[in-house]
Order: sequence, then structure tokens, then C-alpha cells
Amino acid sequence: MPTLFESFAARAQAVSAEVHHFSTRAEGLEFVLDLVRSLEGDRLQPSFAIWAACPFLAGLDEAALTERAPGLAFQVTRASAAAASVGISQMDLAIADTGTLVQNATAVEQRLVSTLPSVHIAILATDAIVPDLTAALGRLYAADGPDRLEPQKSEGPPPYLSFITGPSRTADIERVLTIGVHGPERLVIVCVDELGGGQ
Amino acid sequence: MSSTFKESIDEAVHNSNLTGALGRFSEAYRESRAKAYEGVDFEAVRTRIAEIKGGAASHLDELAEEFKKNAESRGAKVFRASNPKQVKDYILKLAKANGVEAIVKSKSMASEEIHLNKHLEAQGIQVSETDLGEWIIQLAGQRPSHMVMPAIHLTREEVAEIFSKEVNERLSSDIPRLVKIARRELRDKFLKAGMGISGANIAVAETGTLVIVTNEGNARLVTTLPKIHVAIVGVEKLVPHISDVVPILTALPRSATGQLLTSYVTMITGPAPNTDGSLKDLHIVLMDSHRTEMAQDGKFQQALQCIRCGSCLNVCPVYRLVGGHVFGKVYMGGIGTILTAWFDALKESDEIQSLCIQCGNCKEVCPGKIDIPDLILELRRRLVKDEGQSLKEKAIFAVVNNRRVFHAMLRSASLLQKPFEKDGFIRHLPLFLSGMADFRSLPAVAEKPFRDVFPLIDQSAVVGQARAAFYAGCLIDFAYPEMGSAVVKVLNKAGIEVIFPEEQTCCGAPARYGGAYEVAAKNATDNINALLKRDVRWVVSACPTCSVALKHEFSATFESLGMHDQLPRAAELAAKVTDFSSLVRSLVDEGRLKLKPGADLGKVSYHDSCHMKRTLGVDHQPRELLQLAGYELAEMKESDMCCGMGGSYSLKMPEISAPILARKLASLEATGAPLAAMDCPGCAMQIRGGLDKQGSPIRVRHTAELIAEMVE
Repeated sequence: MPTLFESFAARAQAVSAEVHHFSTRAEGLEFVLDLVRSLEGDRLQPSFAIWAACPFLAGLDEAALTERAPGLAFQVTRASAAAASVGISQMDLAIADTGTLVQNATAVEQRLVSTLPSVHIAILATDAIVPDLTAALGRLYAADGPDRLEPQKSEGPPPYLSFITGPSRTADIERVLTIGVHGPERLVIVCVDELGGGQ
Repeated sequence: MSSTFKESIDEAVHNSNLTGALGRFSEAYRESRAKAYEGVDFEAVRTRIAEIKGGAASHLDELAEEFKKNAESRGAKVFRASNPKQVKDYILKLAKANGVEAIVKSKSMASEEIHLNKHLEAQGIQVSETDLGEWIIQLAGQRPSHMVMPAIHLTREEVAEIFSKEVNERLSSDIPRLVKIARRELRDKFLKAGMGISGANIAVAETGTLVIVTNEGNARLVTTLPKIHVAIVGVEKLVPHISDVVPILTALPRSATGQLLTSYVTMITGPAPNTDGSLKDLHIVLMDSHRTEMAQDGKFQQALQCIRCGSCLNVCPVYRLVGGHVFGKVYMGGIGTILTAWFDALKESDEIQSLCIQCGNCKEVCPGKIDIPDLILELRRRLVKDEGQSLKEKAIFAVVNNRRVFHAMLRSASLLQKPFEKDGFIRHLPLFLSGMADFRSLPAVAEKPFRDVFPLIDQSAVVGQARAAFYAGCLIDFAYPEMGSAVVKVLNKAGIEVIFPEEQTCCGAPARYGGAYEVAAKNATDNINALLKRDVRWVVSACPTCSVALKHEFSATFESLGMHDQLPRAAELAAKVTDFSSLVRSLVDEGRLKLKPGADLGKVSYHDSCHMKRTLGVDHQPRELLQLAGYELAEMKESDMCCGMGGSYSLKMPEISAPILARKLASLEATGAPLAAMDCPGCAMQIRGGLDKQGSPIRVRHTAELIAEMVE
């Protein structure tokens, strides 16, 4: 039996997502910074890459990160996102059997970094991978059985819940699969076993 | 049928871009869909969806109120609109009140249904579709030809031409480059728009949640960047519980595009923040527009179980030839025919319903478990009731029902053509059959109908043993009596005495498929009386269409007409009816029939007839019999795809029947088998006629004939 991570990675890669796996937060961070430094685009632009607030960043010195990867910014606005080439955010859950990332994207910054830039780097805690959609909804709602999910009476679903499976795609011209229409053309998933900052 | 409609069919079948694109897609779709459903119990999923959506359709008003209450408690504004005008007025008023000059839209069939863009544009508001296919169509000033892939009929060169005009630069037909142009052009529109309009794939009543499914990511931008979001939602999208999204999201992407899940699924529950920190002005328009009427119609309520995946188009042999511009209005194909009849008017569906060949492919794949072919027949019945039957059709049914007159007429017609006859085929046939002779040769009408051949068969060896009644049907009786003789020979070898009730008449399928249910009911009654007159263990038919009529449709016709007193007798007959191959397969199993062992008869390719495979559920039995007889199976591609016969369909729609047949012949020839077997005399007539016209040496035989040669 493949692990949840292995199933998730295989499904995500099958829909053109890139999946990288690290055991520690430090290794994951090095990979993200390396990737930002290696990407093409207007690198002199002060918000070349924008990173939305997330648990992964807890306790990290943002200014020091920008020094190590020039063009990396943590102020996410409509203007910075429209100009950015790279968006970085952390996901709340992932679904193994479809290779899907799940995020409460109510905070608009979370949506901006994953919709407007052409590269989206998605950080994920390895233990946030659940088997299927029912389990994912079960994490979001109190469940009393596998087929019957009750919305939490107190809150209900978050205003904006995003499910992301691979990069933006279309086959609208002659059915030729083309990656990157309105959303990211690259989805880079960074799975980290020990996130330190929690999920 | 109007001549403009006939012309549009003709134009479509001769548009090689269209038929090429649709044909390649439907072939690829079959495989990608199967792969996507690997490990998923499709029957269980669609049964669940049918329960959820069928239940919802019975409680539309309550669910709409519950949704409204819950969405409003989360801060959305919900407007319940009973007709398209209310929807358009509401959105226009909202746009005007907020000074909106430009709107971005993600795909919404509901908005297309009410022609919203035209209405807003007439008021000076710029509306941009943002789904790539929809945008192409909008720029081209056309209408979508597929519900999921709106621009499938256009080539990359045509798209380059359309985009070149829009951006005022000469663009090459490189697809990734064209997609980049669309990204650039539409990005600007997203950022400037004052309002975003979307549809929704699911609306969850208990939470007030909208679920929106896309691949391009345009719905995420439409619902994020403009400060106002309007979602137009047909009330049939309502489901009671959040858990109900699981089966629908399991089926929708798999059935639509063969994906496990689309790139993006967005669930919106009340307003989320805008980019300037304000809260979204979220308006949800719940549109009824005839859905409640439909829910109250006992027969058509099930059509509200549709999840708009478009799989009924993708598997349809007619749609893949003519596309959605001919086969549909806003909604297309089988389901589109039904929705057009309700959302527009019954009369509006008159021409497009006639395109359905009743092959049953759509019913087999529908994730909403909708019996689309049956609902189309019901439309036909209601149209005939409203409009009356054409005189020509009335004349045909009258003749068909008088067996000896019908045979004499066919026979004399065929005799007149005697000089043109060659190897059992007629090149042309006058009268109402003339329209079909162009693309296939017709069988010579037998000198003696089977009913006159039958008494000459010596059954003395089996008299007094188990007894079966043989139901011949028109084609075996008049054109292929040798198939009937083969059936009798095989059954006699198994120790079964065969009787042929003389009073049997047409099975009523032509009348039923033509919407003439009263004629079909008369046929049903006559046949029941004839076939139940003497005590028999089985009623055997070697024509799947007849078998389906005898087994299923007699009672369905009686039910439609409220003739409930006839149902017990129909059930009594149905219990005795069996198709030839199923019966013979079990006779072999029971050791009552032996096939000559050790024969090496070479390759045969088996064609699955629509009613045989999909209504009777018989496919392996004839194959096993052929293998036991000593044949080697050479499977053709799409062996269960319709041959284009469809009974009288090939008379009414020769321009569609011919290219469907051409595909079948190509699949058959590619197997290299010198012999094709099938269980349907109608398919045999079509395929044999097509091969003869091409001068092909491939022989076509009924399974019964091949087995009869090999019984001991």
C-alpha cells in the first residue's frame, strides 16, 4: 500500500504539479529560496515573488529572507500580486486520491498569490494529507459518519474554500491541453514533514 | 422538418473540421472516461446522485427557501426569480446602481439560457466571457457547439484569425501562444471589471454554499477581483446537504472531461473580503424558469437530475457528426433536446428531437441516471398528440400493420426493380423507402415471407416436446426468412418444437419511436393475443428491437396511455420472451444442444446491436456461441456503437445514417475478418447493404445462421 504522501504525489504529478518532499522546515525553506532565485522574470521588481502570511513563516525574519532572495516580498496587495511572477502560500489540507490541495482562502491575500502570478509555490504539511474528499470535508465539518457530514452549527463553512488540483489548464482550442490560462502555469508543491510552526 | 434544418444537417456533416474534431474527441473520451472511473463504483455514485437530485427536485421550493435563509444569514443577498426577465432586470439594476461599466463572466449556462449578455450590452455595459472557449465564441459572434467545450468546432487557424482581429496584430496559430494572448487580454479585463458574474455547479441548502468548478481558474478571478459578485443559479442545482457534493464532484469531472477533479473547485459561503478590505457584495439569483413545472411533471422530473457534464453529447453517434449548432439550442444533444422543450417550448424541440436515433449510449453513461432516450420518446409522443401525425407516416403505419398487404407491396416494389437486382440486393426501391437507397443496397424482398416458409419445415421429430413460439418481426418475415429458418433448426436440434402464431404483427417499435402510441398499443394487444394463445415455455425473437418491444415496451406503452388493465397480460408475455442467443447459450450450458467440435472457422467480428447490448444487456452470449462453434473473435473498435439503422431513422435521416454506417464499416474492415456476425436483422440490412454498395467481400450473417450450420 502506498502511503498517503505517495498517492498524493503520484496524483498531483499526473496533473502536471511538481512535488518536492523534505523532512525539515529548514530544508523546505532552502528549496523555496533557491527556486525563487532561479526563476525567470523581472527580478529587479520589488515584488517579484510574494509570500502570503502563513504558519510556515512563524518566527522567521522576513527581512533576512528578502536579503537572501531579492524580489521576495511579504506585502500582498492587488497591485503587487498583479505584478508578481511568483506566489507562495501554505495549504491547510491535501487529498490523496485526487492530488488536490485544500485551503481556507477567505483572506484575500491567499487568493491573490495563488491566482495572479504564473508560478504558485504551495507549502503543505505532510500530515495534512487525507485520503479523499469526504475526509477533507470531514476535517472542515464535524462528522458523525463517513457519508454524513454535519456543518458545524456554530460556524459553518468558511466564506471562501479553495480546492486546487494541478496548474491552470484548458483544452478549449482543438482539445490540445495547454497549461496556464488565467491561473498559474506552474504549481510547485513543497511537502514538509516537520513544519515546526504547526499547521 | 424544415428544409433549413435539413440544410444545416447537410452542412454540418460535410464540415470536416467539425466532424473531425468531434469524432476524434468522442473516441478519446470513451477511453479517458473509463480510465477516470477506474476504482470508482459508477453505478453506486450515479444511484446516489439520482437519489439526491431526484429528492431535491421534489422539494425545490423548500430547498430554495432554506438556501436563501442560510446564505443570507452569512451575508449574501439572495433573489428568487421565477422568470428570465426578473433575472435580467435585477442584474441590470444592480449594475446601474453601482456604476458598473464592465463585467467579467465565468461560464454560466443559466446566463446563456436567458441571453443575459445581449441584454446588458444593449444597455451599454461591456460584458466579457472569460472561459477561453466562451471568449472565442463571443468574439466570433457565434454560439457554443458543446456544453463543456464551446469552441470545439473551430480550428487553431480560425481562432488565430479571430484573436488577430481583436488585438490588431497578426498572430500565428500556435496554441500556447494563443492561450497567452487570451491570458494577457483578459487579465486586464479582470482587473478593471466592476462586477463578476458566475454560475454555480451545486448550491447547498443547509449551508448556503455555492460550489463552482473550473479548469482555467477564471471563476476564482471573477469571484475575487471585482467588488460585486452575482451568481446565477438554476434551482435544479440545489442539494440539501454539504455531503451531497461528494458524489457530484466525483462524477462531474470524470464524466465531463475524464479528469479525477478539475483544477479548481471553489466553495463560497457568504461574502469574503475584497482586495481593498471591504466585504464582497454577493448576490445569488435563484432562477426557476420552468424548473418547478418540470418537477411537477411525473415523467420529466428526472431531467432535473442532470449535472451538466455533457457526457450524453460525447457518446452520441449523431452529436459527433453534426455538433451542437444543429443538435441543440442553448443546451445540446439528448439532454439539450429535453431542456429546450421545457425552458423554451415543446414545439422548439420538434426538429432536434428527430435527431435522436434511440441507441441508448447516453442513458448508459448519464451520471444523473436520466433515461434520456425514453424522455425524448415522450416528447415525440406529446408532439404527435399536439401536432398530429403526418399523412405519410400514417399511411406507413397503416400498411405496416397489415402483414400480407405490406409484404405484397414490398414484394411488388422489389420485383419492379428486378433488373437492378444483384446478389440479393436492390439498388433502388420506390415509394417511401426510396430515400435510403443512396448509401446502401436494400435486401431483395423474399419471394415467400417466413410465414409461408414456416409450414413447410418438418418438425415431426420434436412434436409434443418443449414448445417455443417464434416471433419473426418484419425483417425476418419479409426480407430474411432464412434467419427464421435457422432459428427453427437450432431450436429443433435442442428438442424444442417451434410454433409460429399467424396473427403476429409488427412489434410497434416504428409507431412508438414515431410518437404514434395508439398504433403501438394496438400492435401490442394484437401480439399479446397471438403469442399467448397457445401455451408455450418461451417466446423467441431473433431481432433485439422486437425483443425489447415484447419484453419492455408493450407495458411502457400501456402505462403511458393509462391502459392499466392490459398490464398483467403484457407482464405474462414479457416473462416468456427471450432473445435467440441468450436462450441458445443456456441450452448449450444445459447440454440440450451440442455444437460440432473441433471446427476452425476463421475470424469473425461481432457487432453489438444497440438494443441487444444496452436494453437487453446481452453481449457475451453470442460471442461465446460463436467461439464454441469454432470461430475466432476479432473485435472491432466501438463494437457497440450504433450502425446508423435505427429502424425508420435511416429513412428519415439518410444524411446522418450514412456517415454513421461509414464509420462502422471502417471499424469492421480494420479487423481483417472476412465475416461479421450480429443478432439484429436491422443491423444486418444496414451493414450488408453498406458493404455491398462498397463492393466489399465481407459477409454479414445473423448469429442464428452461423450457429445453425454447426449444430449436431
